[in-house]
Order: sequence, then structure tokens, then C-alpha cells
Amino acid sequence: MNTVSPIMSVMKRDLVLAFRQKAELLQPLLFFVMVITLFPLGIGPGPDTLQKIGPGVIWVAAILSSLLGMDKLFRDDFNDGSLEQLQLSNISLSWGMFVKVLVHWCVSFLPLLFISPLLALFLNLTTPMYWSLVFTLVLGTPLLSLVGAIAVALTVGLQRGGVLLSLLLLPVFIPLLIFATSAVESAALGLNYLPQIAIIGAMLCFAIAITPFAISYAIRVSHH
Amino acid sequence: MFTWLHPYAKTERAYALCNTLLPYFFITAVAGLLVGFVWGLLFAPSDYQQGDSFRIIYVHVPSAILSMSTYVAMAVAGFVGLVWQWKTAYMSMIAIAPVGAVLTFISLFTGAAWGKPMWGTWWIWDARLTSQLILFFLYLGVMALYAAFSDKTQAGKSAAIMALVGVINIPIIHFSVEWWNTLHQGATITKFGQPSIATSMLWPLLISIAGFIGLIGTLSLMNLKNQILRRELHRPWVTELLTSSELVSKKGAK
Repeated sequence: MNTVSPIMSVMKRDLVLAFRQKAELLQPLLFFVMVITLFPLGIGPGPDTLQKIGPGVIWVAAILSSLLGMDKLFRDDFNDGSLEQLQLSNISLSWGMFVKVLVHWCVSFLPLLFISPLLALFLNLTTPMYWSLVFTLVLGTPLLSLVGAIAVALTVGLQRGGVLLSLLLLPVFIPLLIFATSAVESAALGLNYLPQIAIIGAMLCFAIAITPFAISYAIRVSHH
Repeated sequence: MFTWLHPYAKTERAYALCNTLLPYFFITAVAGLLVGFVWGLLFAPSDYQQGDSFRIIYVHVPSAILSMSTYVAMAVAGFVGLVWQWKTAYMSMIAIAPVGAVLTFISLFTGAAWGKPMWGTWWIWDARLTSQLILFFLYLGVMALYAAFSDKTQAGKSAAIMALVGVINIPIIHFSVEWWNTLHQGATITKFGQPSIATSMLWPLLISIAGFIGLIGTLSLMNLKNQILRRELHRPWVTELLTSSELVSKKGAK
């Protein structure tokens, strides 16, 4: 039996489930925009200040909204037993997890990319800054999803995993935040920002290679 | 290859091993800290620039150096647990964690107390300070995850995975924070860094590092003994130990 079609069906199922609850789909996105709206109000609307803090604000908001949405990544499937079925089926659990994370990324982070021009406008980013921001978001947000999924898989059996999840994940996300914002900063100064992008890309490759196994192991631990 | 290790997967053997090792670590701790502190605090010459306040180095440097190695030791224990499925390995992992967390806190606290008179501020976002703070958060994360589960085998496995994620991340965090620091920091008051230290100051420092190693070992082993006793309370050997040994005679003396 070929292994492609069951994987595709997992993907299809997740996508259908996500789009059935359109309101929930929008929530992290709205949260993201709201958080960013708060900053000019809190700090002051000076264009220079906003330009200076802009990249950091966008990335911090992206990380926070990812934490908000990530909690749901495995929860429903864990509660109704479909994760257990996936474990029992003959497709590799690591592949299944990878596909689930991929779908989660598509529904929770892709909209964020589409809305990013608006945010660039809000925070007075220049065109080179905007493009470097888009590059870091394209490479960085899958990394958030993949690494975050490990901690989500570990805490899925717990009743209240929310705060614990942020305690576990925020320290781990710090390098990504640093490299991403420094890429945008280099772009603002008209410098070459390829090194930072390359490092984020390298971290992403490493994460793609390693994390599916860690996630599937964590899921097995949770089903203990 | 590791067959000589396997008996220690049994809690009784591990407990006995703790008892054998404990005196050595304890003696190292007492001797090292006593000699190192007395020599360092009373007899080492004072610094020509910093006067006597440099003497906090004898607490700060050992704790800062060893906090990261303690994290690695904890992660190795977790890894052993995941590979061979030993609950004693998980127990030692979680026995080490609070010791390491306190160590990291000590290094942060003494660093702040030292920074106030020297740099004029309690806290700066220096690369080493920042990565130490993140290390502290990583310790807390592992401990919080372990505490969140009521089934302690599952808790051990989960915390071990998280410790391993952390250990992969430590070099990345360290490197990234260093880079970030060079990008952001204008003032370089931290450049006082590591002047080559005089031998008369170095020896007490090395001795107190040895003392700290002994202290970490002692505290971790005592914590591990506690963990084993608590988890194995229903086992006959624990009951026997608790009823037969010195506990009873102490009670009788009262």
C-alpha cells in the first residue's frame, strides 16, 4: 500500500476541520493586529520611534499569537481519540505529525503574511525593511510551529497547559527573535541581511529534520 | 558496553550508590568551600581597582561556570532515562534541576550585587547576563513541566524531552545573544571582562570551584535519595530501612 494517500487524507481532514470553524481561524490574526495596535498607543505615534521598534513588535506579536493558537494544535484530536488512531494506523507517526504541523502553519501563519503589508504601513516600515520582514516571517514562522509542536505534544494531556506552554517555549524562541529582528534592522541600515536569513534557514532545516521525531515521541509519551 | 551501569536502574542499588558517594562529595564540599572562602575572603590580596568588592568572585564565578554544566548533567540524565527507560535516571534528572536553578539564581544575584558598585547598575543586558537569565527560565520550564504531571514516569519522560530541547538550544541561545549584544550595545563597560587574574587570587578561586562541585554533588545526591524514598515508599526495602535504621533509635532517644 502506498503511503501517500493516507497522509493526504490527514492533510485534507485537518484543512476541512480548520475551515469549518472560520471564526476560530480569525482569532489569532485579530489578536496579532490588536497587539500591534496597542504599541503606537502605548509608546507614542512618532514615526521614527515606530520604525525603530516595528520589527521587534511584529515578531513579538507573532510569537505571542502563535502561542495562543498552538494550544489547539493537538488538543481536539487528542480528546476525541483520532491521534490515537493515527498512532495505530500503518502510516509513520512522524510523517503524520509533520503534515499536521504543516497544515497548522498554513491556517495560522499564512494569513499573517498576507496581512503584513498593512502592519508595515502601521509601523512606518520602509520597503527594504518590509521585504526582509517577509523573508524572516516565511522562514521563521514554520520554525515556531515545528518547535512549538513539541511542547504542545508534551502538554496536550494536561488540563491547563496554556501558561506552562509559554514558560516552556518563550526561552526557546529567543534566538529566532534575535536573528529575525536583526535581519530587519540590517535592512533598515541598507546592509546585507543574508547572513541572518541564512541562519534562520539553517535552523529551519535542522528543525524539519529533527522535530517530527521529537513530536511523535512526545505524542506517544502523552498517550502513556 | 554499559552493562556495569544496569544494576543502578534498580532503585535500591541506586540508593546504596548514593550513600557510598555522598561522603566524598560532602568532604570535597566542606573542605573546598572552607579553604576557598577563608583564603579568598581573608587572605587573598585585594584588587588594585575594585578593592575588596572583587571578593564576591569566589561565589559568583563558580556558580556561573557550573550552572551550565549542571544543566548539561541534567539533560544527560534525562537522555539516559529516555534511552534505557530507567526511572532512576529521571529521578536524578529532577533531583539535579532545583540545584541547578538555585545555582543560576545565585550567579545572577551575585552578579547584580557586584554590578551595582562596579558598573553602577544592578542589571545590564550584557550577553552573559542575558543568556544566564534564559538558562534560569529553561530550568524553571523543566521543573514546571515535571510538576504538572501526576504520573511521575510520564512526567520524567516529558521533562527529559524538554531538557534535551533546551540543551540543543543552549549553544544557539548563547551565540545569538552574543551577536545581539555586539549589535545593540553602545557602551562597553563590560569590557573589564576577564583580566588575567593573579595566581594569589586564582588558587582560592579554583579551590572554591572544587568546593562548589562537591556541594552540587552533595545536594543532588541528597535530593535523589529523597526522591527514591518518596517514590518507593511501598517497597519492602524502604520500609525495612525506615523502620530498622537510625530513625527508630533517634525516636527512642527522645
